[in-house]
Amino acid sequence: MTDLLAARMQMAVSLGFHIVFACIGMVMPFLMAAAHWRYLKTGREIYKQLSLSWAKGVAIFFATGAVSGTVLSFELGTLWPEFMKHAGPIFGMPFSLEGTAFFIEAIALGIFLYGWGKINRWVHFGSGIVVGISGVLSGILVVAANGWMNSPTGFEGDLLSGNVYNIDPIAAMFNAAWFSQALHMTLAAFVATGFAVAGVHAFQLLKHPNSEFHRIAMTIAMIFGSVAALLQPISGDISAKDVANRQPAKLAAMEAHFETEKGADLLIGGIPYEEEGVVRYGIHIPNALSFLAFGDFDAEVVGLNDIPKEEHPPVAVTHFAFQIMVGAGSLLMLLAVIFLWWRWRRKDIAWPGWFLKVLAAATPLGFIAVEAGWTVTEVGRQPWIIYGVMKTSEALTPMPGLVWSFGITTTVYVLLSLMVIWLMRRQIRVVNQSFEPANPKS
Amino acid sequence: MMLGIIVFFLLASLLFYVIFGGADFGAGILELIARKKDSARTQELTYRALGPVWEANHMWLILAVVILFVGFPQAYAILSTHLHIPLMIMLLGIVLRGTMFIFRHYDAVKDGSQIWYARLFAWSSFLTPLFLGMILGGTILGQIDLEANSFFEAYLAPWLNGFSIWLGLFFCLVSAFLASIFLTIESRQESEKHQLSRKAFQINVLMFGMGGIGLVGAGFFDTNINLAAGVLHHYWEGYQGWLVMGVGSLLWGATQYCLFTNKYSIARILGVGEVSVVLLGWIWLQHPAMIIFKDGTNLSLTQAAAPDATLMSLGWALIIGSVLIFPALFYLFKVFKQ
Repeated sequence: MTDLLAARMQMAVSLGFHIVFACIGMVMPFLMAAAHWRYLKTGREIYKQLSLSWAKGVAIFFATGAVSGTVLSFELGTLWPEFMKHAGPIFGMPFSLEGTAFFIEAIALGIFLYGWGKINRWVHFGSGIVVGISGVLSGILVVAANGWMNSPTGFEGDLLSGNVYNIDPIAAMFNAAWFSQALHMTLAAFVATGFAVAGVHAFQLLKHPNSEFHRIAMTIAMIFGSVAALLQPISGDISAKDVANRQPAKLAAMEAHFETEKGADLLIGGIPYEEEGVVRYGIHIPNALSFLAFGDFDAEVVGLNDIPKEEHPPVAVTHFAFQIMVGAGSLLMLLAVIFLWWRWRRKDIAWPGWFLKVLAAATPLGFIAVEAGWTVTEVGRQPWIIYGVMKTSEALTPMPGLVWSFGITTTVYVLLSLMVIWLMRRQIRVVNQSFEPANPKS
Repeated sequence: MMLGIIVFFLLASLLFYVIFGGADFGAGILELIARKKDSARTQELTYRALGPVWEANHMWLILAVVILFVGFPQAYAILSTHLHIPLMIMLLGIVLRGTMFIFRHYDAVKDGSQIWYARLFAWSSFLTPLFLGMILGGTILGQIDLEANSFFEAYLAPWLNGFSIWLGLFFCLVSAFLASIFLTIESRQESEKHQLSRKAFQINVLMFGMGGIGLVGAGFFDTNINLAAGVLHHYWEGYQGWLVMGVGSLLWGATQYCLFTNKYSIARILGVGEVSVVLLGWIWLQHPAMIIFKDGTNLSLTQAAAPDATLMSLGWALIIGSVLIFPALFYLFKVFKQ
């Protein structure tokens, strides 16, 4: 394995690990606050217990997210020092603000977790909301920094030689990609977390059909996840048009689109053969790509053959990741429609077993979509680390033997993931013991 | 002007991380050296004292790193290249202790796994400050060689040396000292308070001894022979060095006196003052140098600073941030700390 590949893989593993915890850390506080709100309104103990149980999850996920985020803030330098040396002053603004947001989040979390019975209950409730809001703000800011890598602005001159002038960190933060990316990611976090939490509780409902605890939990999580899932296609459309305008190579790789043409087909599935420049076994929808990318059925879509070969992203990976993201997202949207329709039509009626089974099976689906989406945006940007400005290979640390640090990072993160899953199972087991239908405490 | 404000925030985050983060590490080190029969009680105390501020204490590091890579990108790039290995080990420590502390506390089932969380937490609490100190040592020792040809010269020699290990161990002592003076106040039992304050007293003696060995050693050795002397001789040149050593020693004596006479609250303030003087005094003596290189040159604050436009926005972000952070932090400590 070359050092460049090892560094990229280490970054991918670190980001892929962190994003799961970051999403949960962003969204779970809202679920927790929703249950808390119901408790304050109704005074029913079961809502308090739900809020407490979720809070334990938040504590575990937040702690893991905080340390894995710290790792990332150092890895930017240990792996890509040339990138940070030149880009740090330009795109660092969102990170400086994110420091504050993250700090506030940590403080508010401390107040929420340890504040039960110690402080005014509405201040306490507010602290939970602050955790969520500052978490989402952190996420938006970090994504804005990533947006700059896709659409660098806010400076003039030659970045590689360090001869840069007219730096404008604010313009760099509000780069062309920040809004579409931040919107897409924030909604994705709600979809992924909402469905994952709902899936876990749906699975428990299958085992304990009379458990009011799991029914309430699943409903709250599904409401958040479903609303976000229904909004996500709008955001996806904004993102697609944005990518089509700014990064034709990425769009071409996502669609495995080789020939430049007017009225381009949308490709679903298919296996791209990069050497030959063809796709086999795919389903073509006439003119749909032109329409989705530019809002015009006859618009011209640039193909990979008209982009210099050394600037091609890895086509197969980008294309498959994109298919997985859209596929998983669409499935979740379908489930969201079923859920909302059902709830609107037949309130308070027990959920049918098949639906619970599907939800339980869909537990990881949102996160698969999130991982696939990040694969699209990161792999699809290659060979650039800063699109059109700096190649990833030019940013790499001169230190050899990076395969070791990749190996260690991966091992640690795999073990931690297994541990977190194991811990969650233990949490649920204890919750079930205290909320057995035969012995309802509520 | 803005550079001054940014340097102020960088120093503040560094100082707060050393104090609060250090106390976090120290709590783990205390568990490591606690006798078996006391360990359950130590753990209980650690939770009560650290739980609410656990994540907040960690944020100072994030703030310091962000200020470094936005405001002083060159310094960040050099350090993260040449100190890649100790940084990775430190991060491993941060990840392990950060997760184990929370897992131990929030695991719904309290069984044999508790022992493993505790062990990993305690050992990584020792590993993290050790390597943090070594990273600091590598930054100031003058073994970073930008022209190095061999792997050893470029990536190991800067931090794998006696001086850095000395500083790493010194920082472990500082951490354990801070933890014991803080926990003395948090503890609700007289006997435990007494035990912890005695521990603080002993560790403070060790700190003085270890600092003394370094400083006196530096006074005797010629700068060309002993690398550490090249760094520490700052203390023996001019009145500034004497001033720092004098104020530090005075605070040390006063802290010990208060610990001895059971004035725990004053001892805490004095002890924090003592540690602050050691850290800030050193930075004062060394400034404006940030990183010292093997050929005797250094990278200064102004050389490493980002362009003005960046400093402007970073400075404002920090000012606005502190307006939000400090009241919130104050409230957090007010609710959970005496």
